[in-house]
Amino acid sequence: MAEGTNGYKSGSTLEKILRAGKFAATAELGPPKNADAEVIRKKATLLKGVADGVNITDNQTAIVRMSSIAAATLSVQNGVEPIMQMTCRDRNRLAMQADMLGAYALGIRNLLCLSGDHQQFGNHTTAKNVYDMDSMTLVRMVKDLRDGNKFQCGEEIKGTNPRFFIGAAENPFADPFDFRPYRLAKKAQAGADFIQTQLIYNVPKFREFMKRVVDLGVHEKVYILAGVGPIKTAGAAKYMRDQVPGMDVPSEIVARMEAAGKGIEDKKEKAAAAREEGIKICVELIQQMREIPGVAGVHIMAIEWEEAVKPIMERAGLLPRPIVGGQP
Amino acid sequence: MIVAEQKPFEEIKTKIANANKVLVVGCGTCVTVCFAGGEKEAGILASSLRMASKVDGKEKQIDEVTVQRQCEWEYLDTIKEKIGEYDLILSLACGIGVQAIAEHFPNARAIPGLNTAFLGMPVEQGVWAERCAACGNCILDLTGGICPIARCSKSLLNGPCGGSDEGKCEISGKDRTVDCAWDMIVKKLMARGELDKLMEIEPAKNWQTSRDGGPRRIAREDLMLAKE
Repeated sequence: MAEGTNGYKSGSTLEKILRAGKFAATAELGPPKNADAEVIRKKATLLKGVADGVNITDNQTAIVRMSSIAAATLSVQNGVEPIMQMTCRDRNRLAMQADMLGAYALGIRNLLCLSGDHQQFGNHTTAKNVYDMDSMTLVRMVKDLRDGNKFQCGEEIKGTNPRFFIGAAENPFADPFDFRPYRLAKKAQAGADFIQTQLIYNVPKFREFMKRVVDLGVHEKVYILAGVGPIKTAGAAKYMRDQVPGMDVPSEIVARMEAAGKGIEDKKEKAAAAREEGIKICVELIQQMREIPGVAGVHIMAIEWEEAVKPIMERAGLLPRPIVGGQP
Repeated sequence: MIVAEQKPFEEIKTKIANANKVLVVGCGTCVTVCFAGGEKEAGILASSLRMASKVDGKEKQIDEVTVQRQCEWEYLDTIKEKIGEYDLILSLACGIGVQAIAEHFPNARAIPGLNTAFLGMPVEQGVWAERCAACGNCILDLTGGICPIARCSKSLLNGPCGGSDEGKCEISGKDRTVDCAWDMIVKKLMARGELDKLMEIEPAKNWQTSRDGGPRRIAREDLMLAKE
């Protein structure tokens, strides 16, 4: 067993915040599509002290980017706590466990377990996928490494074992809706410590989802961070509403984004007005999430728009971030 | 059954370009049923290739024959005499049949005329769909008779993922032809009142019985001929 976790499962900042009962806020740091460490440093500067952890995506949407383990390590070096994402699409159980040993050795303490977008969506559509495991069995494997001190094969880990705060995702808007709360329960049962949801724009539907989750008592077993995100343009809102499977964007949101730039001639000012509205909607969503029973925090997905996170956090009254020390 | 489809005509033409005498060998089993490589398709392909070679000014001898099953030695023996007369054998069987010819007639040059696609069945006139991945460890009893290994794009054992959209898999895009296997499994089991089954975490699969364990083989002593 690893030393120095002081009664915590992993000792990560995110874990400490959540276990102290504080409303958590995580953000996202997308690795670059090149080998430039400077990109991570710049993005980290924008997010430092602004969120309790930042998700480092793992070849998101099946597009090759700097590996999540490398980008997460750079994030650690730049003073921002990473939540390293890991998908089942690109690695089998040997590679995943090897990366977990490495990630832990490099100071990474949060791990988000995903099945991963199918490679058909990405830029290497002719690739072979792996899917040796799924997100559920991945969660269980990370838990067994931490709490069972054993590899997936059952063999004991001699020496330091990786002790991650275990995350998983759930999409309340994917089908079949009636099964989604149960699937979240299943992830908690598999060993997830926290859940980050898909982007929420349809608040009434999410409220209904959370009601069912709370009725099942799952919110007492796992911390649920509601996914929110600022929309940059009316076009992006429309695209998410019409084209992205598993996304539920009500037409009111699209209408608000369209109305924001109306009547403004100057292109730059028009775009700025839309961005401002996007941030405003995001802040409102955060306020609504705080009122929903069972929601332990928010996960702000400002994809390739890391600059937006700080103003959102400020206006939502979530800054400065609480500092939690000591023991749980 | 094994479902296959014929390779594009131009590709086949290129593959036989250097041969003068070609025997097109159809197969009377799976590929007959899926209209890819039976007696009829072998006949049509052979005559199309004959015509094409005439048009190209280098007329080839292209004949056709169909055996009941290309994947069994005894059926291949029926064309034993013929094989030697040709410098190329264009097999219209699945990949098993092509290999059986290559193995049974070591001097013959056998090439495929079909692409072997999957293990499946016709779901409507003219449409075939995959049903089995031959993983070697069947779990259909747990999943309402719907295979997530073959029919979920990610072979998830604890689905559905976040890409399940009104009963369709997110990979199907605009034409929405791919059903979400886990949507079907969940709805079926929930309707039967078997939510408890769905709540069981299916452990990581043992892929040893699948292709990952290496080429597979079944040996049954009860069926083997006694050694002399």
